[in-house]
Amino acid sequence: MTTIQTGRRIPDRLTSPLSRALKSWEALLLVVAVAIFVLNSVASPYFLDPWNLSDATFNFTEKAMIAFAMAMLIIAGDIDLSVGAIIALASTVMGVAMTLGAPTPVLVLLGLGTGLTCGAFNGLLVARLGLPAIVVTIGTMSLFRGISYIVLGDGAFTGYPSGFAWFGQGYVFWVITVEMVIFILAALGFGILLHRTNFGRMTYAIGNNATAARFSGIRVGRVRFILFLLTGLMSGVAAICLTSRLGSTRPSIAFGFELEVVTIVVLGGVAILGGSGSITGVVLAALVMGLVTFGLGLLNVPGIVMSIVVGALLIAVIALPRLWAMLRRG
Amino acid sequence: MQAQTSPVLSLRGIVKTFPGVRALDGVQMDLYPGQVTALVGENGAGKSTIVKILTGIYQPDEGLIEVDGTETRFPTAQAAGQAGVTAIHQETVLFDELSVAENIFIGHAPRNRFGLIDRRAMRSRAREILRGIGAELNPGVKLRDLGIASKHLVAIARALSIDARVVIMDEPTAALSHKEIAELYELVEKLKAQGKAILFISHKFDEIFRIADRWTVFRDGQFVGEGLMAETNEADLVRMMVGRSVDQIYPKRPARIGKPALTVAGYCHPTEFDEISFTLHEGEILGFYGLVGAGRSEVMQSLFGITQPSKGACRVGGDVRVIRSTSQAVDAGIVYVPEDRGRQGTVKGLPIFQNVTLPSLDRTSRAGFLRMAEEFALAREYTRRLDLRAASLDQDVGLLSGGNQQKVVIAKWLATKPRIIILDEPTKGIDIGSKAAVHDFMSELAAEGLAVIMVSSEIPEVLGMSDRVIVMREGRIAAEFEDGAMTPENLVRAAVGIAGSENGAAA
Amino acid sequence: MSLLKSREAILALAILGLLALIASRFPGFVAPANLAAVFTDSSPLILLALGQMVVILTKCIDLSVAANLALCGMVAALMNGAGIPLPLILIGVIALGAALGAFNGMLVWTLGIPSIVVTLGTMTIYRGVIFLLTGGAWINAHQMSPAFKAFPRTVIAGLPVMAWIAVVIIAAVALLMMRTPLGRAFYAVGGNPHAAVYTGISVGRTQFAAFVMAGALAGLTGYLWVARYAVAYVDIAGGFELDVVAACVIGGIAIAGGAGTVAGCVMGALFLGIIKNALPVVGISPFWQMAISGAAILIAIAFNAQSQRAPGRIILKRAEHRT
Repeated sequence: MTTIQTGRRIPDRLTSPLSRALKSWEALLLVVAVAIFVLNSVASPYFLDPWNLSDATFNFTEKAMIAFAMAMLIIAGDIDLSVGAIIALASTVMGVAMTLGAPTPVLVLLGLGTGLTCGAFNGLLVARLGLPAIVVTIGTMSLFRGISYIVLGDGAFTGYPSGFAWFGQGYVFWVITVEMVIFILAALGFGILLHRTNFGRMTYAIGNNATAARFSGIRVGRVRFILFLLTGLMSGVAAICLTSRLGSTRPSIAFGFELEVVTIVVLGGVAILGGSGSITGVVLAALVMGLVTFGLGLLNVPGIVMSIVVGALLIAVIALPRLWAMLRRG
Repeated sequence: MQAQTSPVLSLRGIVKTFPGVRALDGVQMDLYPGQVTALVGENGAGKSTIVKILTGIYQPDEGLIEVDGTETRFPTAQAAGQAGVTAIHQETVLFDELSVAENIFIGHAPRNRFGLIDRRAMRSRAREILRGIGAELNPGVKLRDLGIASKHLVAIARALSIDARVVIMDEPTAALSHKEIAELYELVEKLKAQGKAILFISHKFDEIFRIADRWTVFRDGQFVGEGLMAETNEADLVRMMVGRSVDQIYPKRPARIGKPALTVAGYCHPTEFDEISFTLHEGEILGFYGLVGAGRSEVMQSLFGITQPSKGACRVGGDVRVIRSTSQAVDAGIVYVPEDRGRQGTVKGLPIFQNVTLPSLDRTSRAGFLRMAEEFALAREYTRRLDLRAASLDQDVGLLSGGNQQKVVIAKWLATKPRIIILDEPTKGIDIGSKAAVHDFMSELAAEGLAVIMVSSEIPEVLGMSDRVIVMREGRIAAEFEDGAMTPENLVRAAVGIAGSENGAAA
Repeated sequence: MSLLKSREAILALAILGLLALIASRFPGFVAPANLAAVFTDSSPLILLALGQMVVILTKCIDLSVAANLALCGMVAALMNGAGIPLPLILIGVIALGAALGAFNGMLVWTLGIPSIVVTLGTMTIYRGVIFLLTGGAWINAHQMSPAFKAFPRTVIAGLPVMAWIAVVIIAAVALLMMRTPLGRAFYAVGGNPHAAVYTGISVGRTQFAAFVMAGALAGLTGYLWVARYAVAYVDIAGGFELDVVAACVIGGIAIAGGAGTVAGCVMGALFLGIIKNALPVVGISPFWQMAISGAAILIAIAFNAQSQRAPGRIILKRAEHRT
């Protein structure tokens, strides 16, 4: 009848992408990052030194690599608290192989393989068996690190081959470290995956409404499984970098990493309950965290105080907008 | 029979606004002792907001609540309860992990002299109340161990556990079977006899005309009118509800029935359905009628790959197979518009165009990479065909009205160019305007040669739209009707299992 | 009978089986005195797990309990150093613990921030505050008064005070959960928050109450911990929050909220306590403990999920008779 022909023309967009970007969380983060940068360069004469800045990137590159994958996982409505433990296990596996005389390429493959295996294990329990992600990964967090403790006790692996040191200590060009390059590649890769591919779109759909996504023909279990796999893989990459940089493996390696990774993700504007967030936000959040840590370090503030700042930051970035909205409503 | 009594509870000039929405705009209402007042209005008319104000969940921005002519306020749910206002809600607002007695008395449990909950007193009083409504339930069992009908009785017992003077029933029959509805009517009569004022909210006109004494109509948050049931008729009420008369709700056009599109053979499931076999043809609208809980949605969801049958297969597009996942279903050209729109239909939080393209991403993308221009083009085409009303395609789908959300869900599926479309209660809870549009569209699809299955519990809709009707009862196909045999009596008889219903063309 | 009962019965059987297994090689382990020692040793875990249980029932989680414990323990030690009498110290740490819990609860209640984010944040903040208080210094046994250290170990009727406190708290929490409106509200809020509002229960306030309770128990445990081990420093009970969550999960507390019992929770804590105490006895390196408790968590989650799986809709009459 008539209704079919009289369909109204609905505009595609009312606000331009640019005006949205300007009002976004990411824009705010950028302003904060620049402000901290300026503040730091005024507060300390050592801050603007390129080598110091390059050193400072180690504060966040390893965590940020995982944060990209974690961001996608959280956007899809899951979480992985076992990333620090995956690093410990991957590092331990590499350590065992190293004592057996394995060369660097084998160590790298083992690091990545352990990460993937752990990710697959989490993914199997959460995505295939339908168990809740928080408690599963609290469990695997104990399990993975527990295996490291069984292997190592209170000992340590040291004496990694010199070629292996390249990942955590090497430079590609001038002050540009290998880790920095991995960080940039990971940012680009995950940025494209999340924002420019079908897979990314499905991730958002699942995070907003997993049931409706399934009822729209999306293989929800497969997407969630792959996201756990990617988080495991990136933890493996981080394990290689961290082990290489420290030159040793202890079972306590990367202890508490999960907290900082989740903090970066949340600070980056990713909704902790899933459904929204961007890789740009995560990159900026990593920079902000790195700059704050570096700045405080230059001012000789001890590490544990920095962790107060990190914890307060985590709560503040979520609390302040809500508080603001509440006050405005009256 | 003008009421000589004065109202127990009156609302005057109630205003309630939410960010961007004026949910109630100066509405009024009177509830009289021993009488049932039906509140009538489309979705979005403000019915649920008024319930929340009456039960102390929301506070009105302006206006008066008077109990026995005295102005009062309900700052909390407890305050409303103390003033004698109680509600039986649309959704079961009960707790699975608590016992029957605890569910009835949560919030106002009897205490002993130490201030602890007096469990013995609670149980005996619960038993008393349950007996009063003819329910022989053990107050000690956990609610999770009860069936849906028993849970509903517990909800009613809960409403009666406070000495209520005003009982609100918000779509009380939505999830009930015919037998349970009849029992509910008896209960309403009992409450009336006790002098309680009843506010009855329902979409079903037959129900309203059967039990209400008075009516009040809201439209778009405004008060339209009120009066006695005896002095009105269905047409007048509908006109007041929608603000215009709707004559073309069932625009069924004759379609050419083609060759079989889907043949289901012996689908079984351990607990949900048994021996389901039928054939669906191109260009046909096949109605599925039955009581709520007869297993119709369950059969449809297994055809769509949500659950798997334990036995049986279907023939679709030449292959005999079982659909194992929703993506397989979409590939096979079967799509499903679910009944639970909010949970299973739209992805709130994503914009309209992304909802529309979600199952079609393979077509709009290239090598797995998104192409926004293609997505907008596809969304534009199908939302326009469905006459969607929205500010922009970039708008969050959650901001649309129920009817428009349903259009988005249908647009999403049409964009996949399906061969078989299953619509599960496609017009439930949407306004009459959108309802006509959905029916009209369904008709057009069939005319284009699509095979359509429509699950519906509304007899006028089933009879008005279907070429053929299958009736299900307790997980099985009870009967199948065509042409002249498609009468309301036959459908209801088959659905409730009254002997002699088998005279239709049995499956 | 109901699944819930059978779940606790299975856990009880698992514990008995575990004890039997250990006893078959080391009969001394099941001697009453040793079992009492195991119970006493598990007391801190039981106390924190009870608090955590209440929080999890309301669909939240509190990862800050161990940090809260450490901060309150340190404050107790500092108060002791300042010569404050023990009763005042006890009141002080319980109040402080409750206040720290209240801070978590306020953020969850008034601002609606997910509890996992709030408590991930406060767990680092509370530990950081210990450092600010002490500059990282330790308070050792010789800096504590004898009365301060002796109280938890004082034996009354065969059990140390620490164990008696656990017994009393278990009974009190059980009474609270079963017989008070607040206790039932914890279940209601977690089981069906939407419905809770309609019954006049404030979801946020109930969650707040749960956090305060968990905090107060952590505060009390902070003193007991520091006094018993006679040492206080920044990192005491590091990672203990995971054991606490593990005890709850093993005890059958549904992580989605609304279901779980005091008995299950206590048995979950005892299960971990027995493993921890048995490892050195049976000659397994204590380094195995972490992996074992991880595996126990995973098995428990899988098991809970199995028993809590909602039974599918039963439409067919035939199926109804069969089940």
